[in-house]
Amino acid sequence: MRKSPLRFVLLLVGAFIFLFPFYYMLIGSLQAEPDPSVGGAFPDPSNLTGHNYVEINAAIHLGKSLLNSGIFTGGVILGTLVFGVLTGYALARLQFRGRGAVFNLMLLVQVVPFQLLTIPLYVMIVRSYGLADSYLGMIAPFAINSTAVFVFRQYFLQLPQELFDAARIDGANELNILWRVAIPLVKPALLTGVLLTFIGPWNEFLWPFLITKQQDLQPLAVSLSNYLTTVSARAANPFGAVLAGACVLAAPAVGLFIAFQRRFISSSLESGVKG
Amino acid sequence: MSRHRGLLAGILGKQPIGTAFVTPYVVFLAVIFAYPLGFAVYMSFHDYFFTAPGAIVDRPWVGLANYATVLSDPAVRRSFVNVGIFLVINVPLTVILSLVLAYALNSAIRWRTFFRVSYYVPYVAASVAVVGVWLFLFNSNGLVNSVLGPLAPDPSWLVNSKLAMPTVALYVTWKQLGFFILLYLAALQNVSKDLYEAASMDGAGRLKSFWNVTVPGVRPATTLVVLLATVTGANLFTEPYLLTGGGGPDGHSASPVLIMYQKGIEQGNPDVGSAIGVLLVIGVLLLALVERRFVGREDR
Repeated sequence: MRKSPLRFVLLLVGAFIFLFPFYYMLIGSLQAEPDPSVGGAFPDPSNLTGHNYVEINAAIHLGKSLLNSGIFTGGVILGTLVFGVLTGYALARLQFRGRGAVFNLMLLVQVVPFQLLTIPLYVMIVRSYGLADSYLGMIAPFAINSTAVFVFRQYFLQLPQELFDAARIDGANELNILWRVAIPLVKPALLTGVLLTFIGPWNEFLWPFLITKQQDLQPLAVSLSNYLTTVSARAANPFGAVLAGACVLAAPAVGLFIAFQRRFISSSLESGVKG
Repeated sequence: MSRHRGLLAGILGKQPIGTAFVTPYVVFLAVIFAYPLGFAVYMSFHDYFFTAPGAIVDRPWVGLANYATVLSDPAVRRSFVNVGIFLVINVPLTVILSLVLAYALNSAIRWRTFFRVSYYVPYVAASVAVVGVWLFLFNSNGLVNSVLGPLAPDPSWLVNSKLAMPTVALYVTWKQLGFFILLYLAALQNVSKDLYEAASMDGAGRLKSFWNVTVPGVRPATTLVVLLATVTGANLFTEPYLLTGGGGPDGHSASPVLIMYQKGIEQGNPDVGSAIGVLLVIGVLLLALVERRFVGREDR
């Protein structure tokens, strides 16, 4: 293709618009005095401090919130890995009655807007089962990520059939084939599934917000938003503290993404449209 | 024996163990999707209220009464208008920007990985985190207004009844764009290089070949982008809740899901909340059908 400096400049301007808020988040979280002027976008060493991090930590117990986010996310990943791999494998490799129905169900679920289910799930989980303020109640609606199941199926589908035929002739049972033949071959892909699954619960807000009223059970996204809506008006540098919390919340997902960006992008490319 | 097996395989399939493998997932879907879906519809037709667990109470059938309550409520009607404004801004902007950016990124350009990463980062970061920066940027004396100087709107962006919803729509467009860029990047791999060559042989310029080759070539992806952007827009909650302090000013940025939460859970009317949810889903389905007709027509 022809070289196009104009295209390059446009992409650069675009990248600036996309990255600037993150840079500004970091600078703002380190400023002792909020400075909304243009000059405030450039760090002034005399105005930099870690105090905002101390303040947000005192207000919402960052450690405990992060731990809650971690348990929530970990539970979802565990459920998705164990049951999602079993389902994906069965849908890709096993002939059994109802396979088509399960596959169609999986596709259908992707278009059901989760928000419609919020109220009935709230009634069921909080009112009927009494699972408010519990990790189980938090994890349950997300326990198996259907998108990840779909991605797992795609990976198992790509393996050559001869491997499975050979293993079956040798008399291996299906659980053994899955564990010793199929999983080792798609291990790198499973990591992608884990990364894809991570973003959802880590960033999820509405559901944990609804079911956790006790502060010491809230994931970071929820405690930070509560700080944003209630406490921040009384704080000395509310934006500084909010931005410090925002950096802590954004950092793990963004960090994982940058570290594994090649996997993220190629997996989305493979599973996105070709389906 | 073998004939017996063949018959059994005909009924259960060759590897009936598969049923056991998918059972947890099917149970999950039944408990987390199918049952609540039915429950939502049930609630919307009954007088349903919160009670102590285990209490036996009468939940009388009320027909369309909850729907009548919902449709006669100006706040609910306003929220549906708001989501309409949102979609009118968000969906076309998403389609155009993500297609153009994906097209630009698809060529051999310097720093390609850097660009892909930078466009994708907002999508990965939590909305709650990024909302904090936007509040800081679009505050009445925030950076955006400092740059604009006398051009800054008054009242400012997020407290302005005309600008609040468009600002939310811009925020979401910006936040989600990376995901849609990736969808288009994938679709662009399937557009045949020969078509571009043929177009350039016919003397088509870059703009012309973009319009005549690229745009039709990625049409299935466009259908998907429009559909997903619509569903995302219909699910809007976090952004008006946090960016505009719960749908302000005066409900001009309240989304249906926000109203559903307020009526259904805060004010304890899950039956009314469910009716809003059902109406929202019907609206999205109708919209999706219309969009398919317009965007996806050349598929068939």
